[in-house]
Amino acid sequence: MGTEHRDPVTGRMTTGHEWNGIEELNTPVPRFVLFFLAVTTLFAIIYWIFMPAWPLFSTYTKGILGFDQREVVTRQVQEAAAARAGWMDKIANKSFAEIAGDEALMRHVRETGPTLFADNCAVCHGVKGTGGPGFPNLTAGAWLWGGDPETIAQTIRAGINSTDGGTRVSQMLAFGRDGILTSDQVNSVAAYVRSLSGQPLNASEQARLPAGKEVFKANCVSCHGENGKGIRDVGAPDLTDPHWIYGGDAQSVYTTIYGGRQGHMPHWQGRLSPADIKLLTLYVGTLGQDGSLGKDGSLGKDASLGKDASLGQDASLAEDASLGKNGTGGGGKP
Amino acid sequence: MVSGLTVSERRLALVIAGLIAVCGLAMAIVGRNDLIGAHGFIVLAFSLGVIALVATRYLDPEPPEDRLSQYYDDPTKAGIVLAMIWAVIGMFFGVWVAALLAWPDLTFDAAWASFGRLRPVHTSGVIFGFGGNALIATSLHVLQRTSRARLPDQFSPWFVLIGYNLFCVLAASGYFMGVTQSKEYAEPEWYADLWLVIVWVVYFLIYIRTLQRRKEPHIYVANWYYMAFILVVAILHIVNNLAVPVSLGHAKSYSLFSGVQDAMTQWWYGHNAVAFFLTAGFLGMMYYYLPKRAGRPIFSYRLSIISFWGITFMYMWAGSHHLHYTALPQWVQTLGMTFSIVLLVPSWASAGNALATLNGAWHKVRDDATLRFMMVAAVFYGLSTFEGSFMAIRAVNSLSHYTDWTIGHVHAGALGWVAMITFGSLYALVPWMWKQERIYSPALVEVHFWLALIGTIIYVFAMWNSGIIQGLMWRTYNDSGTLAYSFIDSLVAMRPYYIARTVGGLFFFAGAVVASYNIWMTIRMSRRAEAAGRDTVDVPASAALVPGE
Repeated sequence: MGTEHRDPVTGRMTTGHEWNGIEELNTPVPRFVLFFLAVTTLFAIIYWIFMPAWPLFSTYTKGILGFDQREVVTRQVQEAAAARAGWMDKIANKSFAEIAGDEALMRHVRETGPTLFADNCAVCHGVKGTGGPGFPNLTAGAWLWGGDPETIAQTIRAGINSTDGGTRVSQMLAFGRDGILTSDQVNSVAAYVRSLSGQPLNASEQARLPAGKEVFKANCVSCHGENGKGIRDVGAPDLTDPHWIYGGDAQSVYTTIYGGRQGHMPHWQGRLSPADIKLLTLYVGTLGQDGSLGKDGSLGKDASLGKDASLGQDASLAEDASLGKNGTGGGGKP
Repeated sequence: MVSGLTVSERRLALVIAGLIAVCGLAMAIVGRNDLIGAHGFIVLAFSLGVIALVATRYLDPEPPEDRLSQYYDDPTKAGIVLAMIWAVIGMFFGVWVAALLAWPDLTFDAAWASFGRLRPVHTSGVIFGFGGNALIATSLHVLQRTSRARLPDQFSPWFVLIGYNLFCVLAASGYFMGVTQSKEYAEPEWYADLWLVIVWVVYFLIYIRTLQRRKEPHIYVANWYYMAFILVVAILHIVNNLAVPVSLGHAKSYSLFSGVQDAMTQWWYGHNAVAFFLTAGFLGMMYYYLPKRAGRPIFSYRLSIISFWGITFMYMWAGSHHLHYTALPQWVQTLGMTFSIVLLVPSWASAGNALATLNGAWHKVRDDATLRFMMVAAVFYGLSTFEGSFMAIRAVNSLSHYTDWTIGHVHAGALGWVAMITFGSLYALVPWMWKQERIYSPALVEVHFWLALIGTIIYVFAMWNSGIIQGLMWRTYNDSGTLAYSFIDSLVAMRPYYIARTVGGLFFFAGAVVASYNIWMTIRMSRRAEAAGRDTVDVPASAALVPGE
């Protein structure tokens, strides 16, 4: 317990309390503290008068502005939709060909598409649509189900192997695991499949080609076609082009044939509006167009994904094959 | 330390630790098919460790009678060491999770190292491990000195300290295994929560029992804050963790609340955890160690009073500002916002009271890094409370909410205020506790000060930039009236700031390592002095219970 005395530094009296040497000055609360307390309290009271603020038994004070955040956000959403309606409605109502021919509308597609794509599709297909291991490259024109707008739109709407009633269904059997082919046969047909896209084969693979061709004829043509160019009705990929979803090196092809494949794409109807799906379709279409121009770039990326070690060879192959690819791919495009 | 306990206290310690060991064994058996079983083994091992510790010294002679004329500081010493251990652990994981955001592969494909599990190890490690132990250690010290009374017994402070650390161990080990209630800052499951309630009630009783026996006519401000911290944290903890476990053999429980009520309860808890754990408790620390170190009287007793009651009353309303523009009814948001704004005045009054206390001691602030830690802490307290009130305004919140700005704000408070006031206080306290004239190396305190300040500034500026850019990108529309940027665009824009934040965190972490070394070396200095038989300086033992240190 201390005694009241004057602090020499501030000239203030102490309170006379003392705890283990700590004393307190009896300085009055500074005026500006009280002033700001009054100002902030006044602000609070005024805010309460104007805005919803205090609970009553079964309701609350609504405030004289009658402000309601639910109404506000609803109105803002409507206004934003109305502002977009000018071009959104046209997208919703016009045919793909009409939209594609309308430069003003396509400008909106190019402006809105990237964000829509990046927020919904990029997580699998990549920000630029170039795909990745297990997910198709959308810039290559190597469409599994067809690259015309209506087909793309249907794929987006219903998905692939999805839970939607109208889903596209596609499955490659597990030829090795399920005992349809022996391991030796899988190796042979893998060599043959790789020869279809003109990949360089080693001597033992070369030796397997005749046997592989027989196995292919007996087991693969029903989906991939006589010439291995794929059948879009069943979503079976073209094996002659340089584009691989799961990898085109010997090990990856073996794994695919041995264990089968059943890719999955969710359905987007119900989650995206019909107009948004249409817009995405058109945007994905522009990816394909850009892709055919910048094909080397995207193919280089494929190669650098490391599907096999022979990068240089792959790249040169890719160039060769992309010529052939353009021919077929171009046919399927609008 | 065990030999300081009376034989009957040692016996009580064995009985209680034995009971907890039995509980652990029961958990391990009943929960053998669940993660709670693993926690049972941890509880068992922990309590067996305590039993072994007590048993080895059980036959030591009774402590001398004259101990009752001295303050009881052993738990404070242990608490300081534990606080520093948790600081290093918690901040290490903080740097790791910061790096994870810039380099996501740093999880090494291990479930336990995923962001969702490491992040609560960081937050609980620094808040509860570091902050909590520092609060317990300093509160027991301040309580005795400002009451001029010894703690009521020697067992209960140890029960609180060790029991609290058992809670922290259960929390952190649970996160690694995936045990969580998914409530921010209240992640531990029901059995850990129940245990903390017991510990916390004993903690509160220590306070009440000591204050009852005080020899000072008035209760010092620091104790008001420590009491508010203990009492309100108990209320918050109990209400927010009301839950029904799936069964006694399962770690999983379901909250009593759902939907928006759950959100509101959680943020009433969350914001008041900031208010009463991270603010009130550390204000208690500030009100003792700052004037003590500065050798100055508190600037204004009256200002202390209005800020204390302003803070305790106003904070209670502010939690709903975490839920602006959500399903929470707007009137609740209004109350949260308006009380948050009024709250600025008592907050700044506290910060101002601390800074004005330094009048007449600014030359010490210049020369003494320990006091400078506390001064900078008061400044950051003022900055972050202003920022908090500002961000509580709905219009501001619509930009800042869900962005890194919030993270920056939290760390301005956590690094700048909470950690700095703690380091300052511990640097003052450690030489007193181990009876040394000064800390092992004042130069290292200076190094730590600059590491901490630079780290905090890098961190906070990185997150301000990152948060505001993020907020603006999310709300920018293009000419077509659609969003101009995708979420991933904003992530790409964040990356440089995430790297900068990791660097800032590394600075701060390095500072904590330096502090631990410095404190450890001070303890060793004291042991050497004791071994050499030198009479320890500083505190006249016989004169304890009167102004000591």
